[in-house]
Amino acid sequence: MLLIKNGRVLDAASQTDAPRDILLDGEHIAEIAPQGKLTHGDSVQSIDASGLIVAPGFIDMHVHLREPGQENSETIETGTHAAARGGFTVVCCMPNTKPVNDNASITRFIVDRAKAFGHVHVWPIGAASVGSKGEAIADIGAMREAGIVAVSDDGKPIASAKLARQIMDYCRTLELPVIEHSEDVSLAAGAVMREGIASTRLGLPGMPAAAESVCVARDVQVAELTGARLHIAHLSAKASLAQVRFAKQQGLRVTCEVTPHHFTLIDEDVTYDSRFKMNPPLAAREDREALLEGLADGTVDAIATDHAPHEPALKDVEFDKAPFGILGFETALGLALEQLVHSGRISLMRMVELFTTGPAAVLGKERKLAIGEPADLTVFSLDRPWTYDVKESASKSRNSPFDGHTFKGGPVATIASGKIVYKHA
Amino acid sequence: MSHSFRDLLAIEPLSADEITFILDQSKPFQEIQRNPLKKLATLRGKTVVLAFFENSTRTRLSFGTAASRLGADTMNLQAEASSLKKGETLLDTANNLNAMKPDCFVMRHSSSGAADFVARHLEIPVINAGDGTHEHPSQGLLDALTIRDRKGTLNNLNVTILGDIAHSRVARSNIHLLGKFGCRFTLCGPAMWVPRELEHIGPTGTPIRCVYRVEEALEDADVIIVLRVQTERLYEPSLSENDYILLYQLNAERMKLAKPDALILHPGPINRGTEITPDVADGPRSAVLEQVTNGVSVRMAILYLLMIGASEGTHPAFEAKA
Amino acid sequence: MRIIEKSQLMSAAEIDRTLQRLAHQIVEKSGGTKNLALIGIRRRGVPLAERIARAMRGIDGVEVPVGTLDITLYRDDLSKVAPQAVLQSSHIPFAVDAMDLVLVDDVLYTGRTIRAAMNGLFDLGRPSRVSLCVLIDRGHREMPIEAQYVGRNVQTSDTEIIEVRLQEIDNEERVVLVDRVNS
Repeated sequence: MLLIKNGRVLDAASQTDAPRDILLDGEHIAEIAPQGKLTHGDSVQSIDASGLIVAPGFIDMHVHLREPGQENSETIETGTHAAARGGFTVVCCMPNTKPVNDNASITRFIVDRAKAFGHVHVWPIGAASVGSKGEAIADIGAMREAGIVAVSDDGKPIASAKLARQIMDYCRTLELPVIEHSEDVSLAAGAVMREGIASTRLGLPGMPAAAESVCVARDVQVAELTGARLHIAHLSAKASLAQVRFAKQQGLRVTCEVTPHHFTLIDEDVTYDSRFKMNPPLAAREDREALLEGLADGTVDAIATDHAPHEPALKDVEFDKAPFGILGFETALGLALEQLVHSGRISLMRMVELFTTGPAAVLGKERKLAIGEPADLTVFSLDRPWTYDVKESASKSRNSPFDGHTFKGGPVATIASGKIVYKHA
Repeated sequence: MSHSFRDLLAIEPLSADEITFILDQSKPFQEIQRNPLKKLATLRGKTVVLAFFENSTRTRLSFGTAASRLGADTMNLQAEASSLKKGETLLDTANNLNAMKPDCFVMRHSSSGAADFVARHLEIPVINAGDGTHEHPSQGLLDALTIRDRKGTLNNLNVTILGDIAHSRVARSNIHLLGKFGCRFTLCGPAMWVPRELEHIGPTGTPIRCVYRVEEALEDADVIIVLRVQTERLYEPSLSENDYILLYQLNAERMKLAKPDALILHPGPINRGTEITPDVADGPRSAVLEQVTNGVSVRMAILYLLMIGASEGTHPAFEAKA
Repeated sequence: MRIIEKSQLMSAAEIDRTLQRLAHQIVEKSGGTKNLALIGIRRRGVPLAERIARAMRGIDGVEVPVGTLDITLYRDDLSKVAPQAVLQSSHIPFAVDAMDLVLVDDVLYTGRTIRAAMNGLFDLGRPSRVSLCVLIDRGHREMPIEAQYVGRNVQTSDTEIIEVRLQEIDNEERVVLVDRVNS
């Protein structure tokens, strides 16, 4: 049993913002009551959440755990540890491992590893095509039985509109969302950052915003054709967001996520440091502005980190040779509070939605604080200052551009399945 | 009852009465097949061309046997060994064969509408043995005969078709035919193989629904038509065979959901262990082998009707009608 | 072209008496009913065969099996322009090998029907004997065929038609001679 007392409870599902005490029993929430009114709880382990926010456990629906195959960069154990330190209780890992998670035995491997060594829940995402090669359809039905919650060929778009159509049709009947890394491969070919004044100045090849939005257009039209659930991953461009907004107005089941680095940084922030290199690349000022609006008006459904660890040996190279991707777990909440809440762009409740009910709904699940619900909680501070030191990260990798940044507010304690998986010292 | 058609190109334009007539006329041939001597002289001296531009062993053998048992001779054209490889057009091939004065043209082709095209240019009866993804009328008829023999009727049955329906000419012929008898259809398979447009292809008012879970498709089914999973798909990325078996294979466990007297049909050839397990394919509810036997009978009836013609008898030496 | 009735050849009572006589004749000639079977040629040969079998039941007390034979597929004139008849089923529920078969038909005319019937029978097996019983023999044979048991011999011209009307099929019971005349 575990008691979280004196906290300010924010539950997006019931839109509750009130002082509550919560009692956890085993893997479930046993009781919630106004402060001091719980019937149990005298001799029980407790966390004093005075001055802190208590929310349902956060979900990061786009992460890379690198296991199987790239354990030098991250493992399920180290990745989920970093997630816990970031306040996340659930992570959805993408299938671009080695080998690709395109069949039930790889899915079961990931699920079993996570059960044995994971610090938080792992919900795997299966590949859409075999090897994510865009030729044959993967064993989606079998992987669903093994536990995937969505399909994606992340790292790439689904190779053709025809294949996207078939996969979306198939997944509609299996009730799985299709998560698309929307990118027009021909427009993006050779690019290492966003095309614009910054890329010209730096002399680095760039891709236009259309590289993303052209493919978003394709994916949204195919979603309309098939009636499928489509989720646009790491959406970065104003033009893409406009299409998602329109699709939602048409009643299509299209959703999207935005990463913390895309609502924080822009192309002008890029230097010859591969910690600023990711795909989709940091976008233009007007794109960031549009994303902030979308986060506020509900067009964006979720914040997802696209946590992409690469061991130092891989990232410490010339900008154009480095792999795309940066860490995300441990700085996500701090960045969200700084860029979105403290700036007055969105309310605290809305931020909690973006980390809980938003991603849950995309995956067809629920995330709430209620009796019987899973004992997953995120306890965080709105104002405690802290500085991110990447050398202390639980991740095996070190590729974060926020190293040394001081935040106002961040994760304090993370509880998954009724156990404390992170507690700030 | 008589028939007014010169060719048999499709089921869609036939009336329920015409179909019933053909099935009734197949019965005498079912009996002939049980005789020790299965040879008639009815079509003696007639020639039937078997022009199979698309490969087929079973349908070709079935039509060939039907023609032979009626006493006719056959001319066999097979796709590989033909001048088509040398670039001869379909029309030239048909005209060339026709110049050898056959009495009937049975053809299979990979283009939908090919039989229709040839029929417009020939004076002799043309029988469509399968054109592209359009229709396979003799298969529809032999399936109907099998169903009628086993179930006693074609009327108002719940028919489930399982597999790649989008590319199946057999499924279309079945829907056109059984739809004329008030049957209700459930089409089931992976979403890419069961497009929603299929709900509208039957005769007007035919209830057709598309479902994607085989369990839903089997409940209340009187007839289950299992289609072959073509692993040698030539025109699209293939669905994983593992997934198909996991989600759609007809096995004994799933058959428990169907009515105890549900009938199982398969146009053949069967991929044992893929779309259907051996025990179900060989079990008492399966009519797969009867389909093959009935196939010869139905094709004999079709050849007889088209090459001889039939109507209510008024020939004085034979029959006096009151 | 009209069809007019010229005369009645047999009444219901006369038909019945003739069939009784034919039944006796067949039993006598066959030396009993052992291995005997009747095969009615569709259509009207069938009820006639059934009635003869019923009469035989009265004579010998034995069930003589009755089969039905549709001869359409064995005809030699199918390809003629004249409309052809719809196929019916044959049904011979016994083995024909070593059987003493009596074909039964209503009218014997050119003999082609019987020639076709024999083709059909021999596809089924090897009977030890085949004989023919008809209600009316109207002559004009085109085949070397004769009936061993004849109800009535009637001279006819080519334009005339003999119509045997039986209760089971025509809802009346008589044999009439009709002629085709130009209207």
